[in-house]
Amino acid sequence: MKYVDEFRDPGQAKKILKAIAKLCSEIKLAEDRPIQIMEVCGGHTHSIFRYGLNQLLPEKLDFVHGPGCPVCVLPRSVIDNCIRIAENENVIFTTFGDAMRVPGSSKSLLDVKAEGCDIRMVYSPLDALTLAKKNPEKRVVFFGLGFETTMPSTALSVMQAEKEGVDNFYLFCNHITIIPTIKAVLDSPGMRIDGFLGPGHVSLIIGTKPYDFIAHEYHKPLVAAGFEPLDILQSVWMILKQLKNGEAKIENQYARLVKDTGNASALNPIATVFELRDFFEWRGLGSINHSGVKVNEKYRAFDAEIEFNLKAVTVIDPDVCQCGEVLKGILKPWQCKVFGKGCTPETPLGALMVSTEGACSAHYSYGKNIDLINIKTQEQ
Amino acid sequence: MNKKYQNKKITMAHGSGGKASSDLIKDIFVDTFNNDYLATMEDQARFEMPKGRLALTTDSFVVSPLFFKGGDIGKLAVTGTVNDLAVSGAKPLYLTCGLILEEGLPIATLDKIIKSMQKTAEEAGVKIVCGDTKVVEKGSADQIFINTAGVGVIDEGIEVHSYQAQTGDKIIVNGFIGDHGAAIMQSRAELAISADIASDCQVLNHLVEKILSVSNNIHAMRDATRGGVATVLNEIANDSKVSIIIKEDSLPVRTPTRGVCEILGLDPLYLANEGTLVCVVAAIDADKVLATMQQTKEGKDACIIGTVTNHPEGIVALSTLFGGTKIIDKLIGDQLPRIC
Repeated sequence: MKYVDEFRDPGQAKKILKAIAKLCSEIKLAEDRPIQIMEVCGGHTHSIFRYGLNQLLPEKLDFVHGPGCPVCVLPRSVIDNCIRIAENENVIFTTFGDAMRVPGSSKSLLDVKAEGCDIRMVYSPLDALTLAKKNPEKRVVFFGLGFETTMPSTALSVMQAEKEGVDNFYLFCNHITIIPTIKAVLDSPGMRIDGFLGPGHVSLIIGTKPYDFIAHEYHKPLVAAGFEPLDILQSVWMILKQLKNGEAKIENQYARLVKDTGNASALNPIATVFELRDFFEWRGLGSINHSGVKVNEKYRAFDAEIEFNLKAVTVIDPDVCQCGEVLKGILKPWQCKVFGKGCTPETPLGALMVSTEGACSAHYSYGKNIDLINIKTQEQ
Repeated sequence: MNKKYQNKKITMAHGSGGKASSDLIKDIFVDTFNNDYLATMEDQARFEMPKGRLALTTDSFVVSPLFFKGGDIGKLAVTGTVNDLAVSGAKPLYLTCGLILEEGLPIATLDKIIKSMQKTAEEAGVKIVCGDTKVVEKGSADQIFINTAGVGVIDEGIEVHSYQAQTGDKIIVNGFIGDHGAAIMQSRAELAISADIASDCQVLNHLVEKILSVSNNIHAMRDATRGGVATVLNEIANDSKVSIIIKEDSLPVRTPTRGVCEILGLDPLYLANEGTLVCVVAAIDADKVLATMQQTKEGKDACIIGTVTNHPEGIVALSTLFGGTKIIDKLIGDQLPRIC
């Protein structure tokens, strides 16, 4: 398939892997531990496991799966509020598919759908707007979530609703921002990250300039990376090259899509519709200042928080849950106390087990038993 | 279709057992299915069975939309049951047809579905010999639900079981995977992706008969319907207490199906098929079985996708293009599209 297979060429991958192995052996860390690269974005985690890249890289190199799976970091209280909205009479609650299974305090959206709430999976916020126009007697709520990647389409849908005078469309806004989150990871005690794979599609929107502080203030390299296996391998190679040379720069591997200055047509609607929240509660990470956005005053008529009179309630994660430590790279998924025991993809306790992009879910599905298998592919 | 049904809809009267019911049965079902067993209009069909063990199966069909590229609910209702019989090595003979109709269903739609069932039954060489029709109030069902049961006969000496996969066996599929699931997804109006994908919906009994006639070493077969090829492989690995290794670069996936999966973040290995079977055959006969399949229209794109190994038990693994390995686990719930 064009524009896909070129970036999945095993021959090229072998060459880059060889170069990575060589660089790894040349890098000397102050302490005796593996080099740790955090992939911030859940999409990267997914690709790494899908192509088995983690098994092909040198032992001296570890991926730390970062907080960039927007479904995983949704706190229980947000799901509880979704359910509160959906339980109203004459409401159609719309959401992206993978938020359906995220557990709230006691139920998920899938559970309340089975109980009779009108919950529909959509592929775009515009689908929700269309539903609103088709069902003028109902209040149609779109559950907006995700980083800067999904913010523009949500913002544009709200603007479109205003333009067309649709007065039964509401946004339950839970969009989050990447920069304060990376900063929180960098500031957390015991942080051991040596470099970052920057989130490719967030960078497509915001550009690479906002990452500059990571190089200047924290002296860590970041490479904005694409999602195909060769993108990831090349980006790893670029980070290692910086580490070897003692550099800390912001680089752009995903140059076929990402511009340093970002995408103005996407940034403008974000600025038009949203404003920063003072703080946002993250599952596993706790409250992070300025890490979320809400609908601003001008568009308040579309704000589901106002329409449904929602209150921010903090629901504490279960004591046994160690998602926070995994997100910061202090623990590996399988080192968590409940991994694969109390917490499985079937009955997720913690956020990271929920989405297929979650680090724990990926390890559980793809990593389990892998060491047991001794495949002789050449025999087939 | 009889002119008196033009622009008419199913009403509660059609399920009442009175004149409306019996007219509908005669005009739509008996006329279309057209066989002596049904024509007696008794409470049961009576027939002689040839010698051999009987195979019996049942399946219900609830697809939305009712008509999609490559098939419809009627065709599915026959292929599903015929294929469930065929993969046991049975020769399918007779089917039943149980219908639950939603009040308001256009009778022309019902007629179209019943004709499609009959056409598919003729292709398979089976007869639909008895049936039942119930009507429920508007909102209590989604237009039409169909249940078919089927009976077939297994010739002496044929032993195909999902617990019989052995180390060294080869895994063959008869064609491209995931097309049915992808076709259904893109037929649903809410997904604004247009791709040229037709369901693989087809009967497989003739193909099965041919491969069983050239090899006594077919150990296991399953049609890879809900849950896709991945789920069937997991069932075989579990039942046979073996491990199955498939190779990513040998998986047959059409480009449009792959495209839909790439966009939505889905895996074609887990998408439903309705005319695709997984066949586990001893290595010694693998080429022969493959060549036989490839000579049929249902199997012209057949290929070997993997091998059975002994350890670890119950595990299916994919050897990736890069030489990495990932576990192909059972699906938990439905596949859900990813947000970004």
